[in-house]
Amino acid sequence: MRPPIRDIAVVAFGQTDHRRTTEEQSEVEMLMPVLHQVLDATGLKTSDIGFTCSGSSDYLAGRAFSFTMALDGVGAWPPISESHVEMDGAWALYEAWTKLLTGDADTALVYSYGKSSPGSVRDVLTRQLDPYYVAPLWPDSVALAALQAQALIDAGHTDEPALAGVAARSRADAAGNPHAQLRGADVPHGDYVVQPLRTGDCPPIGDGAAAVILAAGDRARELCERPAWISGIDHRIEAHSLGVRDLTDSPSTRLAAENAGLFERPVDTAELHAPFSSQEVVLRKVLRLGDDVAVNPSGGALAANPVMAAGLIRIGEAAARIHRGESRRALAHATSGPCLQQNLVAVLEGRQGEDR
Amino acid sequence: MTNKEPVAIVGIGQTHHVAARRDVSIAGLVREAAQRALTDAELTWADIDAVVIGKAPDFFEGVMMPELYLADALGAVGKPMLRVHTAGSVGGSTALVAANLVAGRVHGTVLTLAFEKQSESNAMWGLSLPIPFQQPLLAGAGGFFAPHVRAYMRRTGAPDTVGSLVAYKDRRNALKNPYAHLHEHDVTLEKVQASPMLWDPIRYSETCPSSDGACAMILTDRAGAARSPKPPAWMLGGAMRSEPTLFAGKDFVSPQAGKDCAADVYRQAGIADPRREIDAVEMYVPFSWYEPMWLENLGFADEGGGWKLTESGVTELDGDLPVNMSGGVLSTNPIGASGMIRFAEAALQVRGQAGEHQVDGARKVLGHAYGGGSQFFSMWLVGAEPPTR
Amino acid sequence: MAVAPQPDILKAPLVVEFPFTRSLGPVQAAFLSGLRHRTVLGVRTTDDRVLVPPVEYDPVTAAEIRDLVEVGDTGTVTTWAWNPAPRRGQPLDTPFAWVLVKLDGADTALLHALDATGPDAVHSGLRVRVRWAAERTGAITDIACFEPDDSTPEQIRPAPHTGEFEDGVTGIVAAARLDYTYSPGGAQSRYINALADNRTVGERCPSCRKVYVPPRGACPTCGVATTEQVEVGPAGTVTTYCIVNVKAKNLDIELPYVYAHIALDGADLALHGRIGGIPYDQVRMGLRVEPVWTEGGRYPDHYRPTGEPDADYDTYKELI
Repeated sequence: MRPPIRDIAVVAFGQTDHRRTTEEQSEVEMLMPVLHQVLDATGLKTSDIGFTCSGSSDYLAGRAFSFTMALDGVGAWPPISESHVEMDGAWALYEAWTKLLTGDADTALVYSYGKSSPGSVRDVLTRQLDPYYVAPLWPDSVALAALQAQALIDAGHTDEPALAGVAARSRADAAGNPHAQLRGADVPHGDYVVQPLRTGDCPPIGDGAAAVILAAGDRARELCERPAWISGIDHRIEAHSLGVRDLTDSPSTRLAAENAGLFERPVDTAELHAPFSSQEVVLRKVLRLGDDVAVNPSGGALAANPVMAAGLIRIGEAAARIHRGESRRALAHATSGPCLQQNLVAVLEGRQGEDR
Repeated sequence: MTNKEPVAIVGIGQTHHVAARRDVSIAGLVREAAQRALTDAELTWADIDAVVIGKAPDFFEGVMMPELYLADALGAVGKPMLRVHTAGSVGGSTALVAANLVAGRVHGTVLTLAFEKQSESNAMWGLSLPIPFQQPLLAGAGGFFAPHVRAYMRRTGAPDTVGSLVAYKDRRNALKNPYAHLHEHDVTLEKVQASPMLWDPIRYSETCPSSDGACAMILTDRAGAARSPKPPAWMLGGAMRSEPTLFAGKDFVSPQAGKDCAADVYRQAGIADPRREIDAVEMYVPFSWYEPMWLENLGFADEGGGWKLTESGVTELDGDLPVNMSGGVLSTNPIGASGMIRFAEAALQVRGQAGEHQVDGARKVLGHAYGGGSQFFSMWLVGAEPPTR
Repeated sequence: MAVAPQPDILKAPLVVEFPFTRSLGPVQAAFLSGLRHRTVLGVRTTDDRVLVPPVEYDPVTAAEIRDLVEVGDTGTVTTWAWNPAPRRGQPLDTPFAWVLVKLDGADTALLHALDATGPDAVHSGLRVRVRWAAERTGAITDIACFEPDDSTPEQIRPAPHTGEFEDGVTGIVAAARLDYTYSPGGAQSRYINALADNRTVGERCPSCRKVYVPPRGACPTCGVATTEQVEVGPAGTVTTYCIVNVKAKNLDIELPYVYAHIALDGADLALHGRIGGIPYDQVRMGLRVEPVWTEGGRYPDHYRPTGEPDADYDTYKELI
């Protein structure tokens, strides 16, 4: 991979409180305050933004073209340069990053949102699967993650107490995250949902939204005291069928990390998009994260998992740590598809001289 | 500011578009277009650095984020794969996202593809899910757009025959395009004008079909273009613009987002007078009246002048500004792919590869797509020569 | 002018259901046709691996692969997960194990269900056999599930197969139903609740002062919440329309009818409604109309002419 031809940074991040349901709000009503949050943080107006990109899913919403109504919250008038991916917002950020690389824009607004509460997200996600051989069996997202977890246990990479430990650490760390849905040391680990995964190994089901502002070069320095520079970002996909993949490995994550330059220098923080405790085990291994790295200090997706936004939130949380001076070099990861099929890795850095 | 890498189109492929491709899976359909694009570029799967795919709502095939399942068929395993969805403009937007990967020097060679396999379900269903608390008044897109056509007629005084002229022209153009869905060999103007009114003022023959189809392109940088066995098309400008679905002051007849998008593309390409400097247009015309409407919106005619261009034959295949030489959306509509087909057909023209529907001497051609409630626009201008600015 | 109260939040079920018709292509058609005949096919890749279930394109090389082979109906569990609470549509309605099974002769695993007495009866490496469905249609569900088996693994090289079967299938119908609970949110709930009193209540943008009917929670040009409620109408002007001659499924309106954009007095954009009480071919832009409510109807059933003179084009052309 070639190094990025332009310096681009995350300069603002905002998210909603993630909740089991937001039935009193439409998607745009849920999203809009977050857009205002990042605009206010940078002092930008919609008309100052060079490019806007969002990520969401019609299947989650149960309506075609659901993203068109969310656009109302942006205030797209006069008309804006704008795009949408039917993916997690982390990939919307990636698209915006490429737009900034071209020099056509110096700032970008990225947002995503997801409401899992209206439908049954376990069943909705079955519609992602091979429509001929797999989707007709309705294997839900927990079942697929459980197959992966068992493969990890069989291979000796983890065991159920270790998985419970991941869950407990995540919720305990989330105690410091006011936006998290499940937080504190007293979250019960519960019964098996699909063995070997218990309630505590699974993400909470809920609704939420997030937004990020990207800016290039000097514009980033104007908008943010300590920009979180994207020193590398890449994403890779694997074969779809679980039966052809080694579920104990994540070659796409490894490749994306290599291309993003992760292994060139150590990171102090990693925000991993691992909705299931067992997936953190896989990711830690391929990303070579030692005990000296703060993994998911926000609590991660085990503490709040607004589908379609949870990946973008990882990037935002990692960036926010740099903004606050709590991290010098942070890794952010997002995933999509069954059992970590598609993975994105971003490396964010604070710069010397921009330290307090 | 950075110096953008020029983007070349070196491979183009599409399926033979039909109402129902019962002989292939969804993977088989997209693969066919992708393989044709690779063959055209004389490249292999290993030459592709990334895949950018687009389609309209997932409900149309009943597969959520189908790119996950299509990764294998599109040779994307181990590569980046992006999925774009910007409603009807998605085919165009997808190509532009892919172009950015090259222009931003992230990748050297990118496969971009858009598709719809409408026969898996029924677009009317997908567009009309029974949302509670909303009053069902209509089904399908025709009824949504017909009132705006009437508003155009009222605003410009266009005679009510103009729509039929467009349909008659596009269907005859489609006879020269082997990939087009509708091949109405016995089409006559009288038949178009005698076809039933569906959503008055839109007649049956003035609407688009439902198609299964896919379209793919290979985009590459200067080094890739230098290796291209066939002359590439060059991207001279590209832009997306969006405005809200409904708002106070919205001009549905000539949306500001469309005007702004075209202006941005012309600025990038150094076009001062599109009517004189652009040789042909592939525009997104799902209902025939949108040809004169977009002619005005895109600056090829003044307000009220679009229908006069159409009526005078300027937009015929042998006219001074041919529009929809391929037969357009009126002859072929795999929804998610329709925008990319416009972009690809524009590139075919400047490469001199459009076969029987080739416009002699086409050097600069515009590809145009729109979607949602006339709110999402994507366009590119391609040329036979590399950009000089 | 009232500030919008917290509304009673509306909710209702939304069922998204469709029988998708999926054409299979040659490889998948052969596999599913084979299942109908209790035969399991795989496909051989160029590097001589056998993929079961067979796919059309090699996941490693992207090559098109078409060389079908027949594998066994016994195999070995490579990983499993115990499902104590089966969900709608899943292969068994009693607790079962999800399994990935490498069938004898295959190099990759197939996902399905295993009927077993409990989690203690399942482990990776377990030998299993296909339990065929009694009625087979050429679908993945022709495998009812797997069941434990005491066979020993066979080291076979799968034999080539033509993929041709009597009564072969070329497609499947994949019915899919998802149940949602739809809630339209605050602004639309306020709007819909007011309609119950036969009032049309829009909301004004605090920034541009435009009145949105129906309100959608945000002023789409300013990107801020609309909060101040404004009753509009009841009368309004037809700004444009079409005459509908197409019968829509689940829509019980007699054809032809007029679908119109109606700018209610006091609103800054048009809403959509049906025009009645006048022959369809006499409806015109500028026609003045008023709502006709019916008992129990959530929306006006239609709008009818008020009898006022038509509005002048210049008075509504900005609202088209």
